[in-house]
Amino acid sequence: MLGLTAKDTTLLIIVAVLTLFAPFILNPFPTDSAMAQFNAGYPDLMQRFVIFGIFAIGFNILFGLTGYLSFGHAAFLGVGSYSAVWMMKLLTMNVIPAIVLSVIVAGLFSVVIGYISLRRSGIYFSILTLAFAQMSYNLAYSVLTPVTNGETGLQIALDDPRILDGANAPQYPNLFGTEMNDAVTMALGPWAFTFSVGYYVCAIIMMLAFYLSIRIFRSPFGMMLRAVKSNQQRMNYTGLNTRPYTLAAFVISGMYAGLAGGLMASMDPLAGAERMQWTASGEVVLMTILGGAGTLIGPVVGAGFIKYFENIFSKINDSILHQWFSFMPEGIEDLLVFLVHPFIGKGWHLTLGLLFMLVVIFLPGGLVEGGQRLSRMFGRKAKTSDEKTDGKTSPAE
Amino acid sequence: MGILEIKNVNKRFGGLQALGNVNLSVAENTVHAIIGPNGAGKSTLLNCLVGKLIPDTGSVMFDGQSVLGRAPYEINQMGISRVFQTPEIFGDLTVMENMLIPCFAKRDGSFEMNALSTMSKQRDIMEKAEQMLVDMNMADKRHMHAASMSRGDKRRLEIGMCLSQEPRLLLLDEPTAGMARADTNNTIDLLKQIKAERDITIAIIEHDMHVVFSLAERITVLAQGTPLVEDTPEKIKGHPKVREAYLGESA
Repeated sequence: MLGLTAKDTTLLIIVAVLTLFAPFILNPFPTDSAMAQFNAGYPDLMQRFVIFGIFAIGFNILFGLTGYLSFGHAAFLGVGSYSAVWMMKLLTMNVIPAIVLSVIVAGLFSVVIGYISLRRSGIYFSILTLAFAQMSYNLAYSVLTPVTNGETGLQIALDDPRILDGANAPQYPNLFGTEMNDAVTMALGPWAFTFSVGYYVCAIIMMLAFYLSIRIFRSPFGMMLRAVKSNQQRMNYTGLNTRPYTLAAFVISGMYAGLAGGLMASMDPLAGAERMQWTASGEVVLMTILGGAGTLIGPVVGAGFIKYFENIFSKINDSILHQWFSFMPEGIEDLLVFLVHPFIGKGWHLTLGLLFMLVVIFLPGGLVEGGQRLSRMFGRKAKTSDEKTDGKTSPAE
Repeated sequence: MGILEIKNVNKRFGGLQALGNVNLSVAENTVHAIIGPNGAGKSTLLNCLVGKLIPDTGSVMFDGQSVLGRAPYEINQMGISRVFQTPEIFGDLTVMENMLIPCFAKRDGSFEMNALSTMSKQRDIMEKAEQMLVDMNMADKRHMHAASMSRGDKRRLEIGMCLSQEPRLLLLDEPTAGMARADTNNTIDLLKQIKAERDITIAIIEHDMHVVFSLAERITVLAQGTPLVEDTPEKIKGHPKVREAYLGESA
């Protein structure tokens, strides 16, 4: 179907179903229960899952296929965000032109950075991309203040021209009048499920992005990219020029990053320089490796996993811990809270770091490999790569 | 005039004259061996032919066109394929994919943006690669990871990959180096069969005299960066200068 093999079609359908029903799947606990804080099914977080999923899918086309490790992809995300906000300031609050512009601008930007950085490979390539991204960040933060509004960040204002919007047009990002932050809440007994327009716009775009990445992975072009990773010497002596292949992969992944940035600005119309910082570039590397570089679904799983930790674990504080351990004798309760304290709240990075180390050491193929091992353990016959993870992580779209 | 014409080629690395005034002509549809003791400049000469090195002076013409200053991929597209001393294959890919890649390179040139095409649409390429695997007697290995094959199979695959590009000149750099006797003989048989079935020129750099004398129709002996003598195998065997420079101590 759609030019995919049966196995890939199944994977796409599973991803589609999980994405469409995410508001249910990610809200397994009743609203009033003590576990409700582990619910991830609210629009803001779900949007982040899919947007960073898109970012990581794109990054994986470069890193997973060609092996070129870019440490500057956040620059394209940031450029996409700025372009989208400018589109919303100047032309219309409709998100479609904003998203299209962000993809185009990020694509052009990545042609320039890619053309220069791809003259080197390995660690030198990584350092070049990192240098470019940090330059972009610093430009956005200070020098280009007229364009980026510096450290305040670029925002929309009531007196923006918006030449295409009429007098009664919505003041918020919208899709032909339907605002992105419109949402319907459905109460089912003790549960409450929220369906937001913004999430479904992001989700549909992510499914398209995912479908496109499957097509690229399975195409002759995708095979050439894997060949670049495997043996560039043989590529050159087989009459193939590796430069345009790597540049094309770089630009495609830059456009994915721009798309993610544009969507981010469409959900919340502001753009700040911190989106381009090197930590943001490092985050997408972590997502891809954690989920499984070079696999189809891995980056999405990794993105969901990290965003879940960032938003859920970081919210657990000492008073919540005291509640959990309140059944213990007081001394032990305090001791446990003391011991767990460094790993929660602001310490979520520590937990994530430990998990990342465990995954890299014991599951070099990422969480996807973990899922494959589990499914093999439960007697299902071994399958080749790109197996989906069977409900391994709750936020996996 | 041969298909490959090397004229007055010099190459110096610092104080070392690696190649001094090399003149060499490889006639079309022959097997031409280049032999010589260690450090004679055989590999340097080969690297000058494929674009890895550029000679300081002189010219290298392939089929009337200069190869100097061109990138390795451009020279390959002109019709020169190279087999390396240690097999260079795509280890992370399957044997079938290894065979598909040169077929694409032959049909589509050095770059093709076919990101939305599918393999099943590339019927001609699939069939050609499949046929090549059968010819190379490795159709049963098509789903294997290329890196997991034996040295001899890797060599066979690499030769097959080069052949699927239908090159006019096949360059072999010590194709049997480090091989067991049985594998060496298999490789000799394979090369003989290739020569018998196709219009192809083969230039071979080799250390192993058994291989050289079983395959070559012409032999050039290099010593200290300069061609010493060029002749048929029978004459080379008995040539006093060759015995002195190359077979010297042992013969």
